[in-house]
Amino acid sequence: MAEVKKTRIEVSDGALIPEREEKATFTAWRISFFGALALLILLPFISPQPYRQIMVFLPDGILATFEVTVLSIIFALILGLFTGLGRISRVKIISRIATIYVEVVRGIPLLVQLFYIYYALGKIVQVPRMVAAVTAMTVCYGAYLGEIFRAGIQAVPKGQMEAALALGMSRWQAMRRIILPQTIKIVLPPVGNEFIALLKDSSLVSILAVADLLRRGREYASKTFYYFETYTVVALVYLVLTLFFSKLVSLMEERLRRRGP
Amino acid sequence: MAPKVRIVNASKNFGKVLAVRNASFDVQQGEVVLVIGPSGSGKSTLLRCVNRLEHLNGGEIWIDEELVSDPRADVRHIREEAGMVFQSFNLFPHLSALGNITIAPRIVKKMSREEAEVVGKRLLERVGLADKVHAYPDQLSGGQQQRVAIARALAMNPKVMLFDEPTSALDPEMIKEVLDVMVQLAKDGMTMLVVSHEMGFARAAAHKVIFMDNGEVIESGPPEQLFANPKEERTKRFLKHIL
Repeated sequence: MAEVKKTRIEVSDGALIPEREEKATFTAWRISFFGALALLILLPFISPQPYRQIMVFLPDGILATFEVTVLSIIFALILGLFTGLGRISRVKIISRIATIYVEVVRGIPLLVQLFYIYYALGKIVQVPRMVAAVTAMTVCYGAYLGEIFRAGIQAVPKGQMEAALALGMSRWQAMRRIILPQTIKIVLPPVGNEFIALLKDSSLVSILAVADLLRRGREYASKTFYYFETYTVVALVYLVLTLFFSKLVSLMEERLRRRGP
Repeated sequence: MAPKVRIVNASKNFGKVLAVRNASFDVQQGEVVLVIGPSGSGKSTLLRCVNRLEHLNGGEIWIDEELVSDPRADVRHIREEAGMVFQSFNLFPHLSALGNITIAPRIVKKMSREEAEVVGKRLLERVGLADKVHAYPDQLSGGQQQRVAIARALAMNPKVMLFDEPTSALDPEMIKEVLDVMVQLAKDGMTMLVVSHEMGFARAAAHKVIFMDNGEVIESGPPEQLFANPKEERTKRFLKHIL
C-alpha cells in the first residue's frame, strides 16, 4: 500500500488582492502627483520663455474648467438622484420615462450632445455657450449618475424598507430617512469616479469656444506656436487636478468606512 | 370580549402558488398565540398579512374594529397598531440603538426628540440593554440586535406584536436572552402572534398553538394538549421532528 502523503495546504490571505494601503514611500500616486507638480513649478524656472507666459495665460481657463465641472456635477447629482428614484418607481409611466432618458443619453456621445444642444437646439433657443455646456454635461452625467443611484438604492437590503414600512413610515419617509442615508455610503466611490471623469470630459466644452483650460491652451499655442510646451502644461494641470481629487475621494471613502455604519 | 385579532377564511396566493388557504383563528386580548408548521406552510405569509406587508386575496383579517384586509384600509395606521419583529432583525445600520428606536415615533407619531429618547431609553432598559444606548447595530451581538428590534417595535406602542421566527437567525446561546424578553412581554399582558418553533417559549408563555401545513390550519389548542395529544396525523408527524 502506498504511503499516505501528508499534504499541507498553505492558506494565505490571497496574493491576488493588492493591499489597499501601500506601505511604500514611492507609491504610483505620489510619483505621478508630485512629479507633475514639480514639473509645473520647475519648468518656469528652467525655461522662463515660454513657460512663464503660459502660466500667466492658463489660470483663467482652470477657473472656467472648474466652473463647468462644479456646476455640472451639482446639477447632475440632483438629476441623477431623481432619475434613480424614477427608475425604481412603482408608477409605470415614471419608470418608463426615466429608463428612456437613460437609454437615449447613454447611447449618444457627449461630444455629439454638446453639438446638438448648442448648434442644433440653438436654432430654436439660443443660449450662452456656458449654459449650453453645463446643460449638456448635466444631461449626460445625470443619466450615468442615475444608474449609480439606482444600483445604490437597490443594494440596500429589502428588509430595511420592510422594517421601515412595518413601523408605519410612508414609502417616502422610509426612502429619505432609512434607504438614502445607506445609499450615500454605497455610491460615494462611483460618484467620486464620475466627478473625476466629468472633470476630464469638461475639456470637450472647448469645442463650443468656452474658454476652459484646453481652449486657453489652444489659443496660446496657435498664437505663439509653442505647441509642445503649451500642451505639456495643459496635460500636467489636468493630471494634478484629477490625481488630487481621486486622492480626496479615497480619503473620504476611508473615513466613511472607519466611522462605521 | 371581542378578539384582538380575528382571521377569517384568509387566503393568499402568489401567482398560482397558494400560500395560505382558508385559515381562521382568533387572538384574544393579552393572549400569546404560537404558529408552528413546516417551512413553506404559509405561517410567515399569514403573519405578514396581519400588518399588510402582504395583501390577502380572500377572507378577512380584523384588528379590533379595523378591517385590515380592506383594500382602502389605512395601511400606515394598521402598522402602527401591529408591531413586527423580523427573523433577520433588520435594524437600521446607520442609526444607534437609540436612533433605531426613536426614529419611527419621531417621524410617524411626530414625537419630540426629547420625549422619544426618554421612551427609547426606558425600552432599552426593559430589554436589558440600558448600557447599549449609543451602540451601532454592528457593535451588537445577534441577540442584542433582536432585543433592540423588539424595543423598536414596542416604541410605537402597538396593540399587538407580531414575531416572524425571531430566534431562527440566532446562535443557540443567544436564543434565551431574546426568549426571556418575549416571555416577560407576554407576562406584561402584550397580545402576541408568534411564528416560531421554540418549545421552551411555547411552554413558558403560549396560551394557544396553531399548527399549519400546506397553507391550512390543521389543528389548534393549548400547548400542553397539542404537544402531548395531537389529534391529526400530520401534526403528530411534524411534532416528531421538532420535539
